[in-house]
Amino acid sequence: MIEVKDLHFTYPTGVEALRGIAITIDDGEFLAIMGQNGAGKTTLVKHFNGLLKPTKGEVVVDGVNTRKVSVAQLARKVGFVFQNPDHQLFCETVEEEVAFALRNFGFEENAIKKRVDWALNILDVMQYRQTSPFMLSGGERKRVALASVLAWDPQVVILDEPTIGQDHQQKEKLRQFIVQLNAQKKTVVVVTHDVEFVAECNPRVVLMSGGKIVVDGRAEEILTNPKLVAQASIVSPQITQIFLGLSDLGLPTNVIDVHEARRILLDFLEAHVS
Amino acid sequence: MIEELGNNVASETLTVIETRNLTYTYPGATRPSIRDVSITIERGEFVILTGPSGCGKTTVCRCFNGLIPHFYGGKLEGEVAVASLKVVDHTIYELARHVGFVFQNPENQLFALSVEKDVAFGLENLAVPRDEMRKRVDWALQMTGIEELSERPPHELSGGQQQRVAIASVLAMQPDVMILDEPTSFLDPVGAQKIFEVINELNKKLGITIILVEHRLDLASKYANHVIVMDEGKVVLDGEPREVFNSEKARLIGVGVPKATRLYQILGENGIRLRRVPVTSEEAANLLREVLKRD
Amino acid sequence: MSMFEGFKFRRVSSAIHRLDPRVKFFFVCVLFVMAILFNKLPPLILLFFIPLPFVFMAGVQREWLRSMRGALFFAAIIFLFNFVFTYFYTQYPRFPSASLLERSSAMTLRFFVLVESFSVFFLTTSPDHLGLALEQSHVPYEFCFAFTTAVRFVPVLADEAQTIMDAQKARGLELERGNFLKRVRNYIPILIPLIVSAIRRSLELAEAMESRAWGASEKRTNLYVLKLKKADYFLASGSVLMLIFAVYVWLFVPVPSLATLLGFS
Repeated sequence: MIEVKDLHFTYPTGVEALRGIAITIDDGEFLAIMGQNGAGKTTLVKHFNGLLKPTKGEVVVDGVNTRKVSVAQLARKVGFVFQNPDHQLFCETVEEEVAFALRNFGFEENAIKKRVDWALNILDVMQYRQTSPFMLSGGERKRVALASVLAWDPQVVILDEPTIGQDHQQKEKLRQFIVQLNAQKKTVVVVTHDVEFVAECNPRVVLMSGGKIVVDGRAEEILTNPKLVAQASIVSPQITQIFLGLSDLGLPTNVIDVHEARRILLDFLEAHVS
Repeated sequence: MIEELGNNVASETLTVIETRNLTYTYPGATRPSIRDVSITIERGEFVILTGPSGCGKTTVCRCFNGLIPHFYGGKLEGEVAVASLKVVDHTIYELARHVGFVFQNPENQLFALSVEKDVAFGLENLAVPRDEMRKRVDWALQMTGIEELSERPPHELSGGQQQRVAIASVLAMQPDVMILDEPTSFLDPVGAQKIFEVINELNKKLGITIILVEHRLDLASKYANHVIVMDEGKVVLDGEPREVFNSEKARLIGVGVPKATRLYQILGENGIRLRRVPVTSEEAANLLREVLKRD
Repeated sequence: MSMFEGFKFRRVSSAIHRLDPRVKFFFVCVLFVMAILFNKLPPLILLFFIPLPFVFMAGVQREWLRSMRGALFFAAIIFLFNFVFTYFYTQYPRFPSASLLERSSAMTLRFFVLVESFSVFFLTTSPDHLGLALEQSHVPYEFCFAFTTAVRFVPVLADEAQTIMDAQKARGLELERGNFLKRVRNYIPILIPLIVSAIRRSLELAEAMESRAWGASEKRTNLYVLKLKKADYFLASGSVLMLIFAVYVWLFVPVPSLATLLGFS
């Protein structure tokens, strides 16, 4: 469980990135942190694994104050998948890459072998086991980076802008993967500005703007509220925009899913045919 | 040699890009990245080029400005001509007068320490005289709405601002065609919209042919009048946006068609027919209104 | 590395910032030559004070002070080495003389004058002005471009290095632990992604350069041009006069040591 109490953070350059954040994330939750570039989303999640320490206030992960422990200790529980996999990859083979963190954490050799196998398998990169990570395509490198984080089985997985540069199918696979992780009772925190992706997942959404949390609630309430959406400089999903344009006909406006949209329209037509 | 605005022999022909059975294999690769690509792009079009990752979209674009074959080497078969120039017969810098390329990562296409020096970069390479250069730089900055940023260093700018600088630096060279390869990848939706609006202005006001490689069809499709879908190196769909997005093939390949179109499709499955295929939420809302109010 | 802080350009405008970099460089070189000519304290002390009005006019006192403070460490080393070795080589076991003390101090002060003048130069010259000066001095364009592009990417690479360190720390890499050898090895996961990224970046840059007509003309034109103004001519002629004066003094005038001036010897 992650508890953030009155968190303020100012970068050494003087930029005040976080101005009083308070939030609690329970085990097994799926949370999307949204907002425009510069709102403070990545700054916030970097406090969860101790990469950044609060200027004021505190962050408590599983009962431990992040100021009192090292990043390596927190990382054992909180996995962070960075936006650009090329910032991590450096080993000669994919296998070594996935084993890297396990060695850092002091796992035993046979435990390492088992976990590497498992991680390579679930991310579908087993066939590249002995390949150099630099030879793989962009999407494959992303999967290797994800495998290398999941290998040590952290309780919390943070994904920083995982949908950038991904095509529709890749995003769908990612979405399914997150659902799988969640089903295994893992806490998943996704930092993103991809509204359509969030609309498909329908998680808890925390909307940030200017270093503060604007609102914290369900995706279908937040993404469908034009005032909140404008305040955080994002856009509503297309389906929502359609329904907002038809609100005068008495249709609900908190629709984000295309299948839900069909159901509502069909019901409306049936009700009005008579 | 001073290039005068619009005074180009090539501007008399209607077709600005034409390829015939274009096939290309990167050096060291065992298979071609693109196969038998034959497309025709007419002057003034706003083309969206899309398809799953790895389908060859970027490779095709590189053939348009000469990076293929001159920069990348490899084996090029078939024909490709841009602004009536055969790409294989002209150097990249000759082609650069006609085709501009805006890349995905804003950071790696800005070299100078101030915005206006970056915008002038291409013109300096072309040895444009200083007075003419100054005029074109100011014009390009104005068209992309970044005049106040002219003396700022690129590192201090946001991703969206950097991309506008990149667009301005290509625009200053006054090309016939501008290729943009996933220019909004690193931008948030509001930033992406601004970029699309700038590109659209250039297309509608200046008549520059646009080739936009994109995945984010929900934001970009409303500007296009020509969509090309590729898959595994081949062109599988080529035509008018509404037809292409509505086709079964697009869905099968896994193209992320706009949700408005998707709604049209699944309503159709339940017997509800909208008058046209929508690509934007406004169109969908209006079309739905017709159907809902009828009863 | 606070000494290097004293060399970073600050975006301020002053009369000194507006001087032509070529003239400023000439001025700094003249100071350099003068510092080498003399090895007695009085002229060196004079030389130390010459750039000071420039520092204040440019408003860069704080950074300049930082460079001086940073140079203190190296200066102390220079002084000690010079003093100790010369003493043991020439005067041991007698008591060290005032002239030896003065000679070593002069060496150290010479170092300060060098750091001071180059610091003023770099603090008041923007990298693009510098690049422009190189271009107009007929340095081949490839080198000027390499220079300005390198400067442009320094902050980018610094940020990237930080991101890479964060990413690896988040995988349990501990950079502060272990003996010296282990610590050096721990930097491999930082260096390799950095180098690979630099290579990828240069490929993308090359593509962008080509696409913007790189190599289209034998002789490039330039958006900006450096023009010499009155102040530049003034500084240039002043520097020449200083140099002539210094050479004259060096040749014909016996320079007193500080000890003599103060009445010791």
